[in-house]
Amino acid sequence: MELYVPILVLAVLAAGFAIFSVSIAPFTGPKRWNRAKLDAYECGIDPTPQPVGGGRFPLKYMITAMLFIVFDIEIIFLYPWAVAFDKLGLFGLVEMVLFIVTVLVAYAYVWRRKGLDWD
Amino acid sequence: MNDIAAPTIEYGQLAPMLLVFGAAVLGVLVEAFAPRYLRRSIHIPLTLAALVGSFALVLVQVFVSGVPTSPAAMGAVAVDGPTLFLWGVIAALAFVSVLLINDEDNFVAQAAAVPGSADEEDAEIAGFSQTEVYPLVLFAVGGMLLFTASNDLLIMFVALEVMSLPLYLLCGLARRRRLLSQEAAVKYFLLGAFSSAFFLFGMAMVYGFAGSVGLSDINAALPNVGGQEPLLVLGTALLGVGLLFKIGAAPFQAWKPDVYQGAPTPITALMASGTLVAAFGALLRVFWVALGNFDWDWRPVMWGVAILTMVAGAILAITQTDIKRMLAYSSIAHAGFLLTGVIATGAAEQNRDALSGILFYLLVYGITTVGAFAIVTMVRDAGGEAGHLSRWAGLGKRSPMLAGVFAFFLLAFAGIPLTSGFFGKYAVFSAAVAGGVLPLVLVGVVSSAIAAFFYVRVIVLMFFSDPAADGPTVVGPSVGTASVVAVAAAATVVLGVFPEPMLDLADKAASALFVR
Repeated sequence: MELYVPILVLAVLAAGFAIFSVSIAPFTGPKRWNRAKLDAYECGIDPTPQPVGGGRFPLKYMITAMLFIVFDIEIIFLYPWAVAFDKLGLFGLVEMVLFIVTVLVAYAYVWRRKGLDWD
Repeated sequence: MNDIAAPTIEYGQLAPMLLVFGAAVLGVLVEAFAPRYLRRSIHIPLTLAALVGSFALVLVQVFVSGVPTSPAAMGAVAVDGPTLFLWGVIAALAFVSVLLINDEDNFVAQAAAVPGSADEEDAEIAGFSQTEVYPLVLFAVGGMLLFTASNDLLIMFVALEVMSLPLYLLCGLARRRRLLSQEAAVKYFLLGAFSSAFFLFGMAMVYGFAGSVGLSDINAALPNVGGQEPLLVLGTALLGVGLLFKIGAAPFQAWKPDVYQGAPTPITALMASGTLVAAFGALLRVFWVALGNFDWDWRPVMWGVAILTMVAGAILAITQTDIKRMLAYSSIAHAGFLLTGVIATGAAEQNRDALSGILFYLLVYGITTVGAFAIVTMVRDAGGEAGHLSRWAGLGKRSPMLAGVFAFFLLAFAGIPLTSGFFGKYAVFSAAVAGGVLPLVLVGVVSSAIAAFFYVRVIVLMFFSDPAADGPTVVGPSVGTASVVAVAAAATVVLGVFPEPMLDLADKAASALFVR
């Protein structure tokens, strides 16, 4: 049972900190409102009123997030490969180059389709 | 970290699949770098050449280098007789489907434009086309090839996603009736993602039981692991949900009519043929290779699923008023007929005749389906394809040739002698009888009779009703569509009159069953 006491203490501390900072913030923090801050989400899309027919919405955040995931996964594979590079030898090198080439193709597609331009 | 050996990959065995994936990656590069006006003319030969090449590589393996007898890629992918047969079938079906996809502008000019908006009109006037369709189709086909061959649940899951994700997208790209198409895509995506989650969860359960995701390791673990049966039972059920969803078997069939109706018809043709073939390949592999010795537990459930699928498909098809929905329910019924073969594992743990029958059935059903959907694309109204059955009334009097070929395809679906469908059904049902599932075959025969009713009803409607005054027009087919219809009709006749060579080939493919 004593084993779990530190975890319990940590949980109490964490909850206490969260409750304390959230409840103190309205009294101590500065209030400088502007238009963007009053939006429901700060992602560039007005949730209401809906434009006729649903309208179009910008995908730039989504594309950035997707690109991040692509490179994230690339790194996940690169690290173990780098650690075991000596053991895997030429086979590992060739496979990794093939993998990076396929990621590069996706990247080239995004780049040519102006996925990297913010505006 | 002491003994990491570099794995061996049999590139020669995997070549038919790698070629398709390679061409898909090239297609993405074409999208990225080729000027807009050239893209289509690069994609068409690239896509067709990749599929022909893949088919040729399958032939080389079958007739020159010999069918491999052990799994490739460290046991992850099994290129065996059934795999090679189904690879050939998928490559051929994808080839004819691509002829249909090429053919005309069945696809939206700009997928991002809101339906009915000024943007859409601008894109159509500018003559844009969404040429990403070609690489997406190749990725989906590559996924199908891997799906049938995967000998490992993890690879199977990856293949399932590689196959499905492009299809979700392709479903939403119809040029006309775009809202229906987008609705179909969203429904397919949500339900498909849900079923993938079931599959994944089942995989985790089975891993918990067997300590491995390899199909042969699961088989080896069956008699050796004690006290963990709940994991195995749950895992089997959940894997079954994921796979039965993909073939559209009956409690999981609800997506099929909606998606088949909404998707662009060439994509429907690809899904109804290629995806069904691939999903049956995977289903057989999971239930025969991994869980073949567990059949006392899964067979009763599969009995119920098969009966429900056959009956639901045949009966619900009667009430349909849309030709594509009717063909979707017919596809559900056919999935049920095929399931009787899956259940006929026989006295031994597996049954060669049933496997051979299923392989042959998948081939003949796939090719006839593509032909039928090719004809659906040709019967047009002002607003696109004339889907409603009443519009097809009297078509036989106005274009007897077209209606005649369509009637022939419907008879093949119904399994009338002298069509390929007859031998397909005969092969599966006779193997099922030999495998001891006679009651199931009786249900199958009764549902076939019910199904024959609505096929014949369409034929009667086409030939013995008066044509509507403002009936649909039959567009003159392009070379692509015409050749698809011709090839499908020829295959349906040849395989119906002279099926021995293909039956022998299916027998040979099934003779060694699956490698483990």
